Amino acid sequence: MARLPISKNLTPYLFIAPAVLVLAFTCVYPVIKGFELAFYEWRLGTPISSRTYVGWENFRWALHDPALFNSIKVTVVFAAVAVTVELLLGLVLALLLEKGMKGIAFFRTIFIIPIMIAPVVVGLIWRYLFDANFGLINYLVQLVGWKPKIWLGTPGLALPAVIVTDIWQWTPFMFILFLAGLQSLPRQPIEAAQVDGASTWQIIRLVKLPLLAPVITVAVILRVIDAFRSLEVMYIMTFGGPGRETEVLSLNIYKTAFMSQRLGLSAVNAVFLLAFIMIFSVAFLAIARPSLTKKARF
Amino acid sequence: MNERANPTKKELEKGRRASGFWSAFAHREAWMAGKYLLILMLAFFYLVPVIVLILTSFKTQVQMMSSTPSWIFMPTLGNYKNVLMEQGFTRYLINSLIVGLISTFFTLVIGGLASYALVRFDFFGRRALSFATLLLRMIPPAVLVVPIYVLWTFFRLSDTRLGLIIVYVGLNLPFTIWVLISFISDVPVELEEAAVVDGCGPWRIFFQVILPLIKPGLAAAAIFTFRIAWNEFILALVLTNRLTRTLPVATTIYLTDIGVEWGNITAMGTVVALPAIIFTFLAARQLIAGLTAGAVKA
Repeated sequence: MARLPISKNLTPYLFIAPAVLVLAFTCVYPVIKGFELAFYEWRLGTPISSRTYVGWENFRWALHDPALFNSIKVTVVFAAVAVTVELLLGLVLALLLEKGMKGIAFFRTIFIIPIMIAPVVVGLIWRYLFDANFGLINYLVQLVGWKPKIWLGTPGLALPAVIVTDIWQWTPFMFILFLAGLQSLPRQPIEAAQVDGASTWQIIRLVKLPLLAPVITVAVILRVIDAFRSLEVMYIMTFGGPGRETEVLSLNIYKTAFMSQRLGLSAVNAVFLLAFIMIFSVAFLAIARPSLTKKARF
Repeated sequence: MNERANPTKKELEKGRRASGFWSAFAHREAWMAGKYLLILMLAFFYLVPVIVLILTSFKTQVQMMSSTPSWIFMPTLGNYKNVLMEQGFTRYLINSLIVGLISTFFTLVIGGLASYALVRFDFFGRRALSFATLLLRMIPPAVLVVPIYVLWTFFRLSDTRLGLIIVYVGLNLPFTIWVLISFISDVPVELEEAAVVDGCGPWRIFFQVILPLIKPGLAAAAIFTFRIAWNEFILALVLTNRLTRTLPVATTIYLTDIGVEWGNITAMGTVVALPAIIFTFLAARQLIAGLTAGAVKA
């Protein structure tokens, strides 16, 4: 990587100082503060002087908290199912529509719309579509001859409904990344394989997919991180219900703090969420590192 | 190259099947038609939910409660009248615009400076900082929500637009740095070396050489930064009050305990989603650049 000669010793630090300050104030410091908060019993709305130090009590409580374990389970199932389906659909679509399509740019634009729309509005749209009484989905279900269902109020149906919503919103992300990735692949290996008489399937499996692997890795990491972050759609569609069936960890953190008003316990749950994301990302980065370092030049 | 690949493959296929020119041609036509059918169905699947949102916002309560969805009906502007004439609406809109525009501006300047230093300067802590931005990008807003609520209350930043702006700058910096790094890396270093020879200092180089050259990257980063600020919900919910809340938070007012005011909330949802939809069509190219930056080398 070409770099300019070190000019004045201070210059680079002046360039990065604003970013470092803002990140320290809005991300690093709050995270540290959150860790600290996890050791206190403190009710929302009471002054900071009224909090009491309880040591590991909140953690001990959390380890026996079925709600926390439920949330972890819901988050993992949600992220795993949604991202897997998005990955497979996105990959198949990108391979199918890779070339020779006139007007693909127009369709690609349409597919970006869900990514751009506010998650709150996406949740709203799908809550309406899944509505038991006048939703489009129950109407279609009845057309086929099945019984209408209370999608968002029935255990076993609400989480799939939320997952379908996520798939609708985020499959285009995978599709667009893979399409761009496929279009930027070097032609020579593919042509060589064609000349050697490889079938389309062989070319996909043995040439294109391995070449696309770095893009797939990045796409999966980004999507899993996003899936761990999402809570707006559940907030609007089900508010975590029925019971706690769709209460992802992020939503649990919010509800523990601002509904149950237990700030300390909420901070503990936040520590768990952060730990999960860090472990996942570091593990994934470690696996993907060679390709990643090359791309991002870190 | 791309055009050459196709006939080569076709010839091979033809040879293998030992079929005539016309049947191969027909086969290809059918394949193409199938692809277009698939992409049309997908576009339909992607547009229908958005269309349902917009149509519902023009329906009266009676019209939308019917169990068979109606696509043709007598539209009403009543919902929009309710929503737009609502006391706070103008204020929420102004809040959203101010928070979005100002946080976008500062994110770009601060992020641009940092990315430039990370790409072009060698300084102590460069690699650590790169890695830190990567890690900070993974922090879920839910982890920050409680500590930032506590800290912002302490610093008297909560319930102010400034407080929200600071949070969004911090939240968007890692992504912006990630995008801009890939764009700055593509600027030939010779240009800057020439500028150095001409007696330019690093600041002038950044503002007068680099920034104009990475306009596409800035555009992509700006769109995504503004999108987060415009769409973000959970932090805005916690950090704003009646006076400073943004549009997504205001949308959820229509989710009441006794039910959802579907007419009003879909009208509000349409208002929130409309800029996103328009932007998608206006700036599809920048959007794709932003989505694929760092993952795909174009």
